[in-house]
Amino acid sequence: MENRKSELIEEIKKNAKEISYPLIAIIISFIAGGFLIYAFGKSPMVAYKSLIQGSLGDWNKFGETLVVVTPLILTGLSVAFAYKCGLFNIGAEGQFIIGSISAVWAGWAFNGLPPVLHVFLTLAVGAAAGGIWAGIVGWLKAKVGSHEVINSIMMNYIALNVSNYLTMTFLNEEAKAFTHEIAQSAKLWRFAEAFAQFKYSRLNIGIFIALAAALIAYYILNKTVRGYEIRAVGYNPHASEYGGISIAKNIVLTMVISGMFSGLAGAIQIAGVQYRANNLFGFTGYGFDGISVALVGNNHPIGIVLSGLLFGILQKGGSNMQLNGIPKEVVGIIQGIIILFVAANFVRIVFDKIKENRHLKQKTIREGK
Amino acid sequence: MSIVVEMRGIGKSFPGIRAIDNIKLQIKHGEIHVLLGENGAGKSTLMNILYGLYQPDEGEILIKEKEVKITNPNVAISMGIGMVHQHFMLVPPFTVTENIVLGSEPKKGLTLDIDSAIKEVEAISKKYELHVDPRALVQDISVGMQQRVEILKTLYRGAEILILDEPTAVLTPQEIEELGVILKSLVSQGKSIILITHKLKEVMSMSDRVTIIRRGKVIDTLDTKSTNIEELAEKMVGRKVNLYQEKSLPNIGDTVLQVKGLRVLDHRKLEHVKGVDFEIRSGEILGVAGVDGNGQSELIMAITGLTKVASGAVLLNGKDITGKIPKEVINSGVGHIPEDRHKRGLVLDFSLAENSILGSHHSKKFKAGTGLNYRKIRDYAKRLISEFDVRTPSEKVSAKSLSGGNQQKLIVARELDRDPSLLIAAQPTRGLDVGAIEFVHKRLLEQRDHGKALLLVSLELDEILELSDRIAVMYDGKIVGVLDAKDATEKRLGIMMAGGDSKASDADIQ
Repeated sequence: MENRKSELIEEIKKNAKEISYPLIAIIISFIAGGFLIYAFGKSPMVAYKSLIQGSLGDWNKFGETLVVVTPLILTGLSVAFAYKCGLFNIGAEGQFIIGSISAVWAGWAFNGLPPVLHVFLTLAVGAAAGGIWAGIVGWLKAKVGSHEVINSIMMNYIALNVSNYLTMTFLNEEAKAFTHEIAQSAKLWRFAEAFAQFKYSRLNIGIFIALAAALIAYYILNKTVRGYEIRAVGYNPHASEYGGISIAKNIVLTMVISGMFSGLAGAIQIAGVQYRANNLFGFTGYGFDGISVALVGNNHPIGIVLSGLLFGILQKGGSNMQLNGIPKEVVGIIQGIIILFVAANFVRIVFDKIKENRHLKQKTIREGK
Repeated sequence: MSIVVEMRGIGKSFPGIRAIDNIKLQIKHGEIHVLLGENGAGKSTLMNILYGLYQPDEGEILIKEKEVKITNPNVAISMGIGMVHQHFMLVPPFTVTENIVLGSEPKKGLTLDIDSAIKEVEAISKKYELHVDPRALVQDISVGMQQRVEILKTLYRGAEILILDEPTAVLTPQEIEELGVILKSLVSQGKSIILITHKLKEVMSMSDRVTIIRRGKVIDTLDTKSTNIEELAEKMVGRKVNLYQEKSLPNIGDTVLQVKGLRVLDHRKLEHVKGVDFEIRSGEILGVAGVDGNGQSELIMAITGLTKVASGAVLLNGKDITGKIPKEVINSGVGHIPEDRHKRGLVLDFSLAENSILGSHHSKKFKAGTGLNYRKIRDYAKRLISEFDVRTPSEKVSAKSLSGGNQQKLIVARELDRDPSLLIAAQPTRGLDVGAIEFVHKRLLEQRDHGKALLLVSLELDEILELSDRIAVMYDGKIVGVLDAKDATEKRLGIMMAGGDSKASDADIQ
């Protein structure tokens, strides 16, 4: 028992360490952003206050922020999961869109099912569609070796246009630029139904599904044979092959699982927030933001939950900043700085330099004596 | 003879360890001076200090009897010090000349004066008998040639003192011999050479003097002529070493591996293994000798399922395993110590524990419900680490933080613990120091005595001769002959390895 406890503590420590560097990078980015706002002749205090107020200021705002956070966590997990197998899934966007439109179909076509079953079916269809969409990319990579980045970008455009085609034809609400609404039985439970505090927010249990997905991703990657194989292939495909691990199988499977996270994000967006899909003029951005979320979260499921929260706050709070006379673009700049710092591994490099300097200083002191 | 390099009282610490301590080293003009020591003894650290890559914590460096401060490699180069690293720093799609002038390109106006560069490279190449084609692309030339390009690069920059870090690690026996000739020609024209190595035979054949370093301290400096391999080994390791393992008579049993008419093609349909037949019985070691690139690697990959078999059959204990996927081959009882431990043998970013189950990660004993039981895996790794004397702070550190010898011990431990009936050992001691070689050899012979069949593939003839019961020689994708170990000599094998007839070579020798 004692053993198990110390093991758990160690595991927590290890995980905390992994996400501590991005955390520091974020703090630095906010400070840098503050200087920037000051340089624009505005007050950083006012800016950040309105950022926080706009996103966390009351229960409804907090709820709406979490509505944005939900898909960001899931697409972030999607990108990170693929990355663990050495794959760069740029196609989260397309998988999100395909997941959405499929969920609309399932939510509309199976009208009459018992509610719990219908909700479950709707989400499952969305996730499965995203999984298949990504699986095609994985299969192409495994079979003919074509690069997943190119293919998944292409699949984004195909997804966008397929979705729009279905929106305007098969699933079209007459004379409108959107689809039918899904059946009542397919809708996710909203907090507003039970808590008056969330009355004006669309917050739904999708956020819990996203959190559960993060735990599942962590479990699969770090505790199962499948995860062992996926990470082995990601780190060293040659050694994996030598160890009897099928590279092709793991690439396809990883992409399917990765796509399922994005597809699920799209399905939750339909079943919990929009209830219908719109004719899209461009990409939703959730899939692409997932790349940033995964990067800032250090491809770690827990890190991704936190970075998803951060990006949600920035997005929701950003519009409130504008109301207070601070250009919304500041948020984009702060996001950019964060990503730059994280991508350049800035904090780690600085820490190492400090360590080295301290070492040198001690040496000079020693020599001085 | 004047002293060209003198290092006095050099010390250097890294966080947690004293890498080198109070080192004293003198290099004479026109000599080949070997720095001998085990992996991690501090040889490379010392040379990186001389080359300006590290700053010493204390001590002084004198070049041609003048005290100097070498703050970075450019300073070192300007003082006539050149270094050839173990891992070459060349741009493969560039020509030899382009690589050599990189960083100090001769200019004509605004353009690169490649013609005069080629001429100069040619002149240096001729002067030191390097025989390098200045117009060849680096990616098209052999590893031995690439090394000469590295040497040329230092000479082009006016090096008088050349440091070579483990230059023979990547070379075939022939190339090693050629390198020896080149080094002799360099010193005869007034260069001084520092050679870092842990291979005793090369010390004896190549050097004038040798300095032995152990755990960061100079143990001794000797004239090569007045010492011998046994003395060097003892000084290097710090205890008596069995350079040659005692070998009992083989106790040969049933046929374990049978290979019949095996052919292997690569993705360009080039034939690498051209109809190979052999068998190995339990309790014997079959050594496969041959110059690198004669189909040995492809042969192993075909047996282990890592590449496709074009035709022929592989039978293990009478069961057909031809064309099975690696997982099935492993499960049918084949252990494999791969030739490249970084590429195949280990997932370097995985912990030792995770690496210790690679290949048997499906085994029930590591499972717990739907997941892996990491506690059991760690306990398993701990057992392997202690049984096979893997030097590591714990089983949780990543495999890349270990020295080559300890990495190899972990692989050997993993493969032997699976208790395979056939063990394939490819270059099992490449890049290892004497102590680790002794360890691996002992373990391999142990397996043989326990009735395992062993397929040993090595480029080191000594290793083949020492361990094998029978020796097959591969040349151009075929086995050109199989000798009993007692009939095999280095010379006879050498002739066969070069494609000579084994019968003819018999006559030659007699």
